[in-house]
Amino acid sequence: MTTTLQPPATPASSAPDGPPARTPRRVGFGSTLSAWDLKLSPYLYISPFFVLFIVTGLFPILYTGVISFMDWDQIRGSGTFVGFDQYAYVLSQPAFWDALRNTFSIFVLSTVPQLILAVFIAAMLDQNIRAKTLWRMGVLVPYVMAPVAVALIFSNMFGDQYGIINTLLGRIGLPGVGWHSDAFASHIAIATMVNFRWTGYNTLILLAAMQAVPREYYEAATVDGAGKVRQFFSITLPSLKPTLIFVIITSTIGGLQIFDEPRMFDQSGTGGSDNQWLTISLYLYNLGWGEWNFGRAAALAWILFLIILVIGAVNLFISRSLVRDEGSRDGLSRGQRRAAARAAKQGIAADSTGKGARS
Amino acid sequence: MSVIDTSPVTGAADPAPARKRPRPVRGSRPGWFVYASLGVVLLAAVVPYYWALLIGSGDSSTIRNPELSWIPGGNFFANAADVLNNPAVNFWAGLWNSIFSSALIAASVVFFSTLAGWAFAKLRFRGGPWLLLFVVATMAVPTQLGVVPLYILFSELGWTGQIGAIIVPALTSAFGVFWMTQYLRQAVPDELIEAARVDGASSFRTFLTVGVPAARPAAAMLGLFTFVTAWNNFFWPFIVLDRQNPTLPVALSLLQSNYFVDYSVVLAGVLLSTVPLLLLFVFAGKQLVSGIMQGAVKG
Repeated sequence: MTTTLQPPATPASSAPDGPPARTPRRVGFGSTLSAWDLKLSPYLYISPFFVLFIVTGLFPILYTGVISFMDWDQIRGSGTFVGFDQYAYVLSQPAFWDALRNTFSIFVLSTVPQLILAVFIAAMLDQNIRAKTLWRMGVLVPYVMAPVAVALIFSNMFGDQYGIINTLLGRIGLPGVGWHSDAFASHIAIATMVNFRWTGYNTLILLAAMQAVPREYYEAATVDGAGKVRQFFSITLPSLKPTLIFVIITSTIGGLQIFDEPRMFDQSGTGGSDNQWLTISLYLYNLGWGEWNFGRAAALAWILFLIILVIGAVNLFISRSLVRDEGSRDGLSRGQRRAAARAAKQGIAADSTGKGARS
Repeated sequence: MSVIDTSPVTGAADPAPARKRPRPVRGSRPGWFVYASLGVVLLAAVVPYYWALLIGSGDSSTIRNPELSWIPGGNFFANAADVLNNPAVNFWAGLWNSIFSSALIAASVVFFSTLAGWAFAKLRFRGGPWLLLFVVATMAVPTQLGVVPLYILFSELGWTGQIGAIIVPALTSAFGVFWMTQYLRQAVPDELIEAARVDGASSFRTFLTVGVPAARPAAAMLGLFTFVTAWNNFFWPFIVLDRQNPTLPVALSLLQSNYFVDYSVVLAGVLLSTVPLLLLFVFAGKQLVSGIMQGAVKG
C-alpha cells in the first residue's frame, strides 16, 4: 500500500526475469490460436477497468474542464462559452477563500493530532501485549461507522446549548464553547469526527510497518544500553518514514475533499451562517446543486484538483528526500532490501526445476 | 531471521507465508501503563456509540436534561419505530439499496481486480508496467472532479434517482487492481503458470485454476474493504439519488432536517443504520484487521 515506493521497484524487478518467463513459447505452443490467446488475454483482463475508467472517470474529468469555461444551461443541456469568467467568479467570492481557509484548518487539525496519536497507539500495540487481536479489532471499531452517522452523533455532543461537551465544561466551571458559531471551534469539532473515525485505521497501518522492523535492531540497542524511549525515537520512528509518507499523502487527498462531516454538522448543511465550516467540497455542492450553476461548480472542481496536485507534488518532493535519508541510515532502504529478496527469489526460480526451490 | 531469508518461500498452497511466520517476541510483557492507555483508546472508540444509545433510548427531553443519566432509557424501540415507519425517511428502501449496491459493487470489484491484477502481476505484455502506473495515478484524482459531467450524463440517461447511478461508476477500483497485483505477484510462483500452460490450459483456464485459488485471502479482504467503503459512501449518492430511493447514509442525512428536531429519534436511527456493519465487523473484523496490517507492509 505504500504507493510512493512501488513504481520504481516494478520495472527493476520485471526486467531480470524476462528471459525465463519466455520459455513456454519454446515448449511447443505452435498453434496460432493459443499464441493469440496469450497475446490478447492480458489486454482483455485489464480492459474492464480501463473501459469503465474512460466512461466514468476520464470523460467526466475532461468534460468538467469544458463545462468550466461555459455558462451551463440546465434546461437545454448545453452551454455558451464564457472563457475564464467562471474561474474569475469563484476566485472573487469571499466564500471561496473562507472555504479554502476552513478546508486547510480542518485538514491540519485532523491530520496532525491523528498521526501523532496513531504512532503512539501503534507503539503500544507493538508491545508484547495479551489478547493482541482483540485490541487491534477494538481500535478499528470507529472505522465501520459511516461518516454521516459519526457526524450526527458528534454534532449532537458538540451542541451549543445542550451538548454533553458544554455540559461537562460547565461542571468543571468553564464557559461553554460556541461550537456552531465560532469558526475555529467548529473546525475542532469537525476535526474530532475525522480523528475518531480514522485514527484506528492509521494505527493499524503504522503498526504493520513497525512489525516489519527487524527485531535485531532492538536487541542491539538494548545491549548498548538504550532505553525504550530512546529506541522508539532512534529506531522505530526512522523506520516508519515511508509508511508515514503514505499515510500523510492519503490523508491529504482525503482531507482536502472533506464533505460528509461539515455537511451534516447542522440542520441546513450549508456550512454555517457565516461560512464558519464551509469547505471546498461543500461549496462545490452548494454552487452545483444549491444554485444549479454547473459552470461555477466545474471551475471550482478544477481549482480543487490543482490544489491537490500542488500539495501532492510538495509531498512527493519532501518524501523523496526523506526516503533517501532513510536509505543512507542503515545502508539499505526497505525497498532495496525487498528488491534484493525478489532478485534472490527469481534467481532460485530461474535455475531450479520448480518445487525444490521452495524449501 | 531477516527479510531476505524468508520472502522467497512463497507458494500457492501457503497464501501469505511472509506474514504468517512467527515473530520473535520483543521483551517481556508490558506494564499496566500500556493496558491503561489502550483502555482509554478503546473507551474513546466506544463512547460515541454509547452516547447514541443513551440519547436514542430516551425521549425528546433527555438531551435537555442537565442531570443526564448514564443508564439507557426504555424508549429505544419506540424511537426506532419512529424512524422505520416514517415515510419521509424511507429507511427500509435505504437498507435494501445499501445491501444490494454494496454487495454488487464488492463482488464486481473483487472479480475485475483479480482479473486485472493477475494480468499485471503474472502476464507479460507490451505497456504493462506503464498501464499499471496509470492505474495507480488515477487514485489521486478527487471524486469532485467528475461529478458535474457524471450527473449530466446520468440525467441524460434518465438514471438520476436510480440505484444504478451509484453502482455503475463503482464497479471497478484502481486501489483494488493495485492491491491484487501486489498480492498475486508474490503469492503465485511463475513455474505454476508454466506448468499449467504445458498441460495445455488456455490463458483464462490458467487464471481460474491457478490465479483464483491463490488470490482468495486477498480477495476476501478487498471484498470487505470495498463493501464497507461503498456502504458508507455519501457524496455521490447524496447528489444523484432522490430522497424516495436513498441509501442508508442518504436516509440518515434526511433525519437531520427540519422534520426531525427530536435527537432521540435521530440517534436511534443512527444506531439502527450502524447495526448491519457492526454485525459484519463482529464476524469478519479479524480479516479486516489483518487485511489492513498486510496491505501496509506488502506495498
